[in-house]
Amino acid sequence: MRLLSFLFLLLVFNFNFALASSGNATNPTSALHPKQQKWQFDGIFGKFDKASAQRGYQVYKEVCSACHGLKLLSYRNLATIGFSEPEIKQIASEYLITDGPNDDGEMFERAGLPSDKMAGPYPNEQAARSANGGAYPPDLSLIVKARHDGANYVYSLLTGYQQAPDGFELASGKNYHPYFEGRQISMPPPLVEDGQLEYKDGTYATKEQMAIDVVNFLQFAAEPETEHRKKMGVRTMLFLLILFVLLLIAKKAVWRNVK
Amino acid sequence: MTNHNDPNQELQDFHKIHLDSEPNQSKATAWLNSRLPILSTLENTLKKHPYPKNLSYWWNFGSIAGIALLVQILSGLFLAMHYVPNTKLAFESVEHIMRDVNYGWLIRYIHAVGASMFFVALYAHITRGLYYGSYRAPREVLWWVGIIIFLLTMATAFMGYVLPWGQMSFWGATVITNLFSAIPVVGQSIVTWLWGGYSVDNPTLNRFFVLHFLMPFVIVGIVLLHLVALHQTGSNNPSGVPMKSKSDAIPFHPYFTIKDLVGFVAFFLVFGYFLFFYPNALGHPDNYIPANPMVTPAHIVPEWYFLPFYAILRAVPDKLGGVLMMFGAIALLFFLPYLDKSPVRSGAYRPLFKKFFYLFILNFIFLGWLGKAPAEGWYILASRLSTLYYYAYFLLVLPMLPKFEKTLPLPQSIDQHYKQNH
Repeated sequence: MRLLSFLFLLLVFNFNFALASSGNATNPTSALHPKQQKWQFDGIFGKFDKASAQRGYQVYKEVCSACHGLKLLSYRNLATIGFSEPEIKQIASEYLITDGPNDDGEMFERAGLPSDKMAGPYPNEQAARSANGGAYPPDLSLIVKARHDGANYVYSLLTGYQQAPDGFELASGKNYHPYFEGRQISMPPPLVEDGQLEYKDGTYATKEQMAIDVVNFLQFAAEPETEHRKKMGVRTMLFLLILFVLLLIAKKAVWRNVK
Repeated sequence: MTNHNDPNQELQDFHKIHLDSEPNQSKATAWLNSRLPILSTLENTLKKHPYPKNLSYWWNFGSIAGIALLVQILSGLFLAMHYVPNTKLAFESVEHIMRDVNYGWLIRYIHAVGASMFFVALYAHITRGLYYGSYRAPREVLWWVGIIIFLLTMATAFMGYVLPWGQMSFWGATVITNLFSAIPVVGQSIVTWLWGGYSVDNPTLNRFFVLHFLMPFVIVGIVLLHLVALHQTGSNNPSGVPMKSKSDAIPFHPYFTIKDLVGFVAFFLVFGYFLFFYPNALGHPDNYIPANPMVTPAHIVPEWYFLPFYAILRAVPDKLGGVLMMFGAIALLFFLPYLDKSPVRSGAYRPLFKKFFYLFILNFIFLGWLGKAPAEGWYILASRLSTLYYYAYFLLVLPMLPKFEKTLPLPQSIDQHYKQNH
């Protein structure tokens, strides 16, 4: 039965980790497997790189948010990556939010509050498509969780644009991208040059730096609970491990008189 | 040597065993017991009812599946307080739970990971039954009730996966409900009736939520039947030799209370590992994309616990044939008590059986792997061969094997078996 136990473990892990990747370099239209980066939020002791995530917010705001919404987040959530309350109030107040109706039955605009959901660039999907040649820039709130190997995928997407190889038929308005399924993407390269923006903390904004920062930010956006969850996990697992050993000793003691 | 193969004899022997216990004699207890025999029933179950003393840790998975069911019911209850079963609101209501409800992320991840853990326990429990011949007379009804629990759990899990209303929710629901359209003549009407319309839409989501909430309680009821049947026949054991006397048996308490606790904590360690560190590893990333009836995902894949059966479904070129083969793969389990003709119950004493059994398990894992692969090229041929072996194991190997197999000598009793191993 020992063999069976081994097989059973195989059964459980097989489905989840085998065949996770569909990356195939030989097929000219299937996507490459994402470039692998080390992230500070990975692993069981993972934490947000808050400085990087804050810079990432700046990249999102100045670059991505021209086309992509972040509608599942409220401004107040930014506290998780270290923004202070006055900073959050300041950030929120820069947006106009449509509220109402008021007592006269009119909708009105007011400055954003920390409790508001983040304002998106388009009022609806049709407006978004119309402004982007028919393509729909997806909301980024969950993008890291909604793609296989999401953090590395977003990183690869931002840094992996290439010239189309000879003979590759590119549809009009599309860009060649080996990490995107079908290898043609509507999004033009968003990070075009080093120093594209000026970071508030003085870090030099290379393309690489901006890509890493925005991934750190989007990881937070997708799983704001990451740090809390992992910290709770380490404690719970330690507790369970000790409990397991104690119970095993107790079990052996109780069973000693079974002859 | 006594005859191990007479189920009636086995039951008679079993019911003659009474373990000594000192019942609680207080007046209040007697008063209550004479009106509602709840304490005396508990006393009988825990202290007088005989359990084989040679049970291995493989016998822990029944109680582990039980606690997994309770975890699902409790976490589900709290999710249902915040979830909204409406196609326009469902996806965001789940994200509201994840982001705004206090510890909502914990409750929801417990429920999502818990579903997978429940199936881990169920598959382990069934695997143990298959190896040690727990399905054989006199435990046929116990086995059948178990398969019904397995089927109901699959239906419940399927409907639960639809509720977050992501891409895999929607397309999984579309593919699976469409299977019923393969039924001749009335198929399409049945599908329309299931959907409550002409596609998977709001009525479908709403009724799936209601049924997903209801079914676990039905499952609890059937689990109780499973336990009643278990108490009537007694537990099987690794030797497969029936209990004959007191020397074979121990009471549940304290021996299996403490052993089950060890199992629970080991189970929660695996559970916690996924829950806290890789909560989405067992799910599909596409389900974090809101459902969109206009966009079909590149590969529609069910949850991992359905993959082997999904592979059987796709192995058959004909739709109705595929559906029949898939449901047949589970229906076969009902006939198992009559398909296994070996004079020896436990696989531990059947050298030839072991080889075919391990091949069966490997083949089942391989089917799961195939279920995740695209249905093209050599995968199709492999799925067909694997499906063939799955069926052949039940329909050819188990009935025919005893003709060729020389089994190993059985221990005289459970007592002897226990002493050999300790």
